[in-house]
Amino acid sequence: MTLVTISHKASAVAFLAALALLAGCGGDEKPTDVVLVTHDSFAISEDVKEAFEAESGLTLRILKAGDAGEIVTRALLTAGNPEGDVLFGIDDNLLARALEGAVFDEYESPELANVDPEVVLDPEHRATPIDRGDVCLNYDKAWFDERDLAPPGTLAELTLPRYRDLVVVQSPATSTPGLAFMLATIAELGDGWQDYWRRLRANGVLVVDGWEDAYYARFSGSAGSKGKRPIVVSYASSPPAEVIFRDPRPSEAPTGVVEASCFRQIELAGVLRGARNADGARKLVDFMLSKRFQEDIPLQMFVFPVRTDAALPREFAEFAVVPERPLQLRPEQIEENRERWVDEWTAIVVR
Amino acid sequence: MDSHRRSVGQALAYGLPLAFLALFFVFPLIAIVERGLRGAGDSPLDVLADPLTREVVWFTIWQALASTVLTIAIALPTAYVLGRYRFRGRSLVSALVVVPFVLPTVVVALAFLAILPEGADRGWAPILIAHAFFNVAVVVRIVGSFWASLDPRVGEAAATLGASPRARLREITLPLLAPAIASAASIVFLFSFTSFGVVLILGGPQYTTIEAEIYNQAVRLFDLRAAAVLSLVQLGCVIATVWVAMRLERRVTSASAPRPERDTLRAVRTPRDRMVVGVSLGGLGVFLGLPLLVLVERSLAAGGGYGLSAYEALARPTSVLLVAPWEAIVNSVVYAAAATAIAVVIGGLAALAVAERRSRLLDGLILLPLGASAVMLGLGFLIAFDREPLDFRAKPWIVPVAQALVAIPFVVRIMAPTLRSIDPHQREAAALLGASPSRVRREIDLPIVSRGLAVAAGFAFAISLGEFGATVFLARPDNPTLPVAIFRFLARPGEINVAQAYALAVVLMAVTVISVLLVERMRVRRGGWF
Amino acid sequence: MCAEAGGSEVLSAENVTVRFDGEAALDDATLRVGDGEIVAVLGASGSGKTTLLRVIAGLQAPDAGRVMFDGADLAGVPPHKRGVGLVFQDHALFPHRDVFGNVAFGLRMRGDSTDAIATRVKELLDLVGLAGLERRSVGTLSGGEQQRVALARALAPEPRVLLLDEPLGSLDRRLRDRLLEDLTELFAELRLTAVYVTHDQTEAFTLGHRVAIMRDGQVVQMASPDELWAHPVDEDVARFVGIANVSEGMAIRPEAVRVQRAAGAGAGIVEHVVRVGPIVRLRVRIDNGRTLEAVVASVEHPLPGDRIDVTVDPQGTIRLP
Repeated sequence: MTLVTISHKASAVAFLAALALLAGCGGDEKPTDVVLVTHDSFAISEDVKEAFEAESGLTLRILKAGDAGEIVTRALLTAGNPEGDVLFGIDDNLLARALEGAVFDEYESPELANVDPEVVLDPEHRATPIDRGDVCLNYDKAWFDERDLAPPGTLAELTLPRYRDLVVVQSPATSTPGLAFMLATIAELGDGWQDYWRRLRANGVLVVDGWEDAYYARFSGSAGSKGKRPIVVSYASSPPAEVIFRDPRPSEAPTGVVEASCFRQIELAGVLRGARNADGARKLVDFMLSKRFQEDIPLQMFVFPVRTDAALPREFAEFAVVPERPLQLRPEQIEENRERWVDEWTAIVVR
Repeated sequence: MDSHRRSVGQALAYGLPLAFLALFFVFPLIAIVERGLRGAGDSPLDVLADPLTREVVWFTIWQALASTVLTIAIALPTAYVLGRYRFRGRSLVSALVVVPFVLPTVVVALAFLAILPEGADRGWAPILIAHAFFNVAVVVRIVGSFWASLDPRVGEAAATLGASPRARLREITLPLLAPAIASAASIVFLFSFTSFGVVLILGGPQYTTIEAEIYNQAVRLFDLRAAAVLSLVQLGCVIATVWVAMRLERRVTSASAPRPERDTLRAVRTPRDRMVVGVSLGGLGVFLGLPLLVLVERSLAAGGGYGLSAYEALARPTSVLLVAPWEAIVNSVVYAAAATAIAVVIGGLAALAVAERRSRLLDGLILLPLGASAVMLGLGFLIAFDREPLDFRAKPWIVPVAQALVAIPFVVRIMAPTLRSIDPHQREAAALLGASPSRVRREIDLPIVSRGLAVAAGFAFAISLGEFGATVFLARPDNPTLPVAIFRFLARPGEINVAQAYALAVVLMAVTVISVLLVERMRVRRGGWF
Repeated sequence: MCAEAGGSEVLSAENVTVRFDGEAALDDATLRVGDGEIVAVLGASGSGKTTLLRVIAGLQAPDAGRVMFDGADLAGVPPHKRGVGLVFQDHALFPHRDVFGNVAFGLRMRGDSTDAIATRVKELLDLVGLAGLERRSVGTLSGGEQQRVALARALAPEPRVLLLDEPLGSLDRRLRDRLLEDLTELFAELRLTAVYVTHDQTEAFTLGHRVAIMRDGQVVQMASPDELWAHPVDEDVARFVGIANVSEGMAIRPEAVRVQRAAGAGAGIVEHVVRVGPIVRLRVRIDNGRTLEAVVASVEHPLPGDRIDVTVDPQGTIRLP
C-alpha cells in the first residue's frame, strides 16, 4: 500500500505551517526591540510601556518565563547567550547564585543617585535594585474581632496555645514567600530558629505547597475563601490588594499585617551578558529606575519603589504597612546556607 | 513508478515523525542531561544511593499505579454506556468528560480543597482522586470508542452459552477490551507518574514525585546533575512502563474486525437500560461536576454576593496580562489549532507507519514524551535551540510544537488500531474498480479512519488548550493563553483577581466543550474535509 | 411428516410484539415448536425473523406477549439461564479464544470438569468434522469452518432448543449445499428441537418439519412444506414458497401447466427458458397478455420464440382465500 497522497498532503501542510510560523521572525541586523525576561508576576501599565517605547525608539518585548527561581535557572543555563536583553525579577535570595553564574554585565545606572543606598546590594552594579517588598504574616481581622482575640504581635507569640492551629505557611522548598518566612525566623531568632519551628509544629502549623494554596484555600481572610486559618504568610501589600480588587471597595482592609514578621525582599534587574541589544538594555534599566516606572510599580506589582522620591498611590499610603525595621539577611549568607537550612527545616517540620 | 512512490511514501510516514521526535524531544533531552552530568553537583551514585530518592521513586510508582486503577474503575461504567447505547446527548457527554482534562492543576486542586472534608483534604487519597478526576476522559474516550466497535453479539453468544453477566465481563468483555484498556492505562499511568502540581498541593509537603524532585533540584537548588540523574531514573521507569504496556497490548490484541456504531449501539429501552445509563452517567456527573460547580460558584462571587462582574471584567485590558483577558481565548484557540494540525499530520503519518510496518520502535518512542520530565525538556529546549539555525527560543511556534509532542501519542494510539483493522478486501475491491493507490487511500482508508481521526483531533485540541507538559516551562512572548492567564490572575490577592481566574476557568471549560464538539464533527468525506 | 407439533409442545412464543422507535419489528407473532421438531422460519429480510429468535433467546425483551418453555413463562429469566443455544448469523465466535476455547465455553460455564470438557469438545469437533483443529485461532478459519465451530459451540452444552439465525447466509452456494446436507443428517441424528431462521426457501423446505412464513412481524402461516405448497394461505405466501403463477385469488403450480409445441396457431409464445438441474423452467406469454411459468422435465423442450399450446391441470390450481 502506498502512502503517497496523505504523505504529500501532510508534508505540504507541515511545510506551509512551518513557513507561516517562521515568517514572523526577522533577521538580526540593528535591533529595533529590547527583550525583558521576567517572572510571571511582572506587570506594567500600557501608557508607561508606551512612554518607554516612544522615548527609546525601541519596542519593548516582554518574555515571561516562570517564577523567580525559574528565571534565574534559565538565566544560568543561558549565561553568555541569553534569551533577552534585561533580566528583571531576581530577588536578593537568589542574587548571589546569579552573580556567581556570571549572568550579568556591569552597568551603573545614573538613576541610582535617587535610590536608597541601602538596597544597592551589588557594589559592582551587575544587578540594579528596582523594587522592594516584604513577606509578612497576614491575619484575618474579622476572625480575631469576632473572638475578641488579639492578633499576634511577634513571631515568638505564634507558639502560644491561643494561636494553636491558626497558622498556615508555605514550604520553603517549593515557595518563594515560604522561603522568605523561614529566613525571617532565622534572621529574628538566630540559632534558636530550629527549636522555634519544632514548637510551631507542635502548635499545629499547617505547611502547604504554594502561595495560592495557602492564601485562597486555607486562609480565612481572602475573599470568598472557605479556609479555616486566620494567619497566613503573604505580602505586606496584600491588604491594599484586598481593598483595590474588591467591588465595592471596603473602607478598611479586611486583613492586617504582623509587622514584626516582615522579611524584606529586594527585586533586581540586570543587563544580561551577551545581550543582542546591550544599549537598549541599559536604556531599559534606566527607565525602570525612572520616576514614571517607579510610581507605576505599586499598583501593578504590589511592591514598593526603591526610588526615594517616588510618590505612593493613595491606596498604598492608606492601607499598606511599611515595616520600619524589616528582617533581612545578607545575600551571601543566604546563598551559602540556603540548601542546608531548607533540608533542616524539612527534617524538623515535615518528617 | 508505483514502487518508487510507495517507498517515498513509506519513508515519509516513518521518517517525518521520527525526525520530529529526534529534533524536538531526543535532542533537547540529551542536551540538558549531558549538561547536567557534565556539570558540578553530587555524584550520580550519591543521588541514587540516597534513601530519600528511593522513597520518592517508590511513592511515584505506587501512586501512579493506584491512580491508574482508580481512574479505570471510575471511567469504565461510562465507557460502557458510550460503547453500547445510543441516546441523545451522547456526543455531548463524550465532550464534557474532557473538561477536567484541560483545567489547570492549581484551579482544580483549589476546588478539591473546597469540597473535601477537613482531615481528608490532604495525603495520598486526594492525590489519587484528583488524578482520576483529570484522567477519566482518557479512559472514557479511548475505551468507549473501542467498545463501540466491538460486536455485541459476541457477548450475547456467551450469554446463550450460560455465561452470567459477571462471567461475560470476565471472560468476554474485559479480554476483548484489553488492548484499549492497556492503551488508556499506559497514558493515565504516565500522566500520573509525572504529576507534580496535584501531588504537591493535595499531598502535603511529605509527598513528592520524581518530577517534583527534579523540579526542586533543577530550579530551586540548581543541582542539574541530580536533576539529570533523576530524569534518567524517571525515563527508565517510563521506558519500562511503555515496554510492558506494549507487550501486554500485543499479547491481548484480538483479530476481530471493528463494526460500525449502527450495529453496536442500542437504544435505551427498558427500565434496566435507563437505570444503567442513569447511574453510570449520573455517578460520573457528580464526581466530575462537583469540583467544576465550585469553579462556577467562585467565578460568580462578587462583593459578598453573586454577580457577573468577573465576566464583565474579562473584556477590559489588564496589566496582569497586558491585554484584555478575552484575547487569551483567541490565543488559546490559535495555538490549539496549530498544535492539532501538527499532531494530526505527524501522528497520522506515524499511525500509518505503526499500522503498516508494525514499527515497535516508533510506537514506543512516540509515547515517551508523555512520561519524560517536562521540566528537563523545557530546560532542554532552552539550551538545545539557542543558536542559529536552530535558535527557536521564544519563537511563538515552539509552543504548539511542544504541545503536539504530548498530543501525538493520542493520535497514534487512537488511529493505529483502526488503520490496522481495515479489511484489505475493501482496498482490493476499490482497486479493481479502477481506483489508483492514492485514490484508495482517499476513498477507502480516510472515511474509515475518520471517526478515529476526529476523536484523536479532539483530544489533541483539548491537550493543547490545557497546556500540557513541556509547554509549562517554555518562555513565551506575552500573548497569554487561557491557562497562563488563569495562573497570572490566581497569583495575586484580591477578590476580583481570583474571581477572574475562576471565570477564565469556566470560559476554558466552555471553549473546550465547544471546540471538542466542533473538531469531532469534522469528518472526512470523499477525501476532503468538511 | 407431522403437520402439528410432533410430541408435546416444548417452546412457544405467544403474541409477541417488539417495537423499535415506535415501529413494530414483531407484531403479535406466535410460534409453537414441538419436542424433537425442527421449525424453519422463512421470511424476507426485515420480516422480524431475527427479532423473534432474540426474543426466544432472551436477548430482546418483548413489549408484549410471552415466551413459554415446557409450560413455564420465561419472562424475567436471563438468557444465560434459558438453556437455549443460538447460532448467530455471522457466527460471533470469540475472537480471543481458539477453536477449543470457543467450543468449551458453554461447558466451562456450566462447571464441567476439565476432563469432561476435553471429551465433549472432541466429540463435537468429530461430529462437525473439525477434529484436530482445536488449537487453531478462529480468525484463521475459513467461513465454513467458522460455521461449524459456531454450531459445535452452540451444541456443546446440550441446549433444550437450538436456534439458528441464517447460519448458512454468508457462505457460498456449494458450501451451503454441502453444509445443508450435513445439518440435515446431524439434526436427524441428534433428534434436536430447533428453530431455523432463513430467507432461503430451499433451506427452509429441506430442514424444516414445519415452516413458519413471516411477513411484517407476523407469522402468517405455519405448516408442513407439503401443506404450504398445497395450500398457501394467500398470494404472497404462494409467491414466497415458489408458486410463480399467482393472480386474482388463483395460484397455478408450475408443474400443473403443460406446454406443447403448437400444432396450429397455438395459445401463446415462449419468452424465456432456463434449465435448473433436471428440470426446465419456461416463461410463457399467453396471447391474452398473461404470463405463466411452466416446468418441463425432459431433454426435449420448446425454445424461446416457439408458439405453443397450453393446458392447465385443474388439480394444480389453488383457490386462495
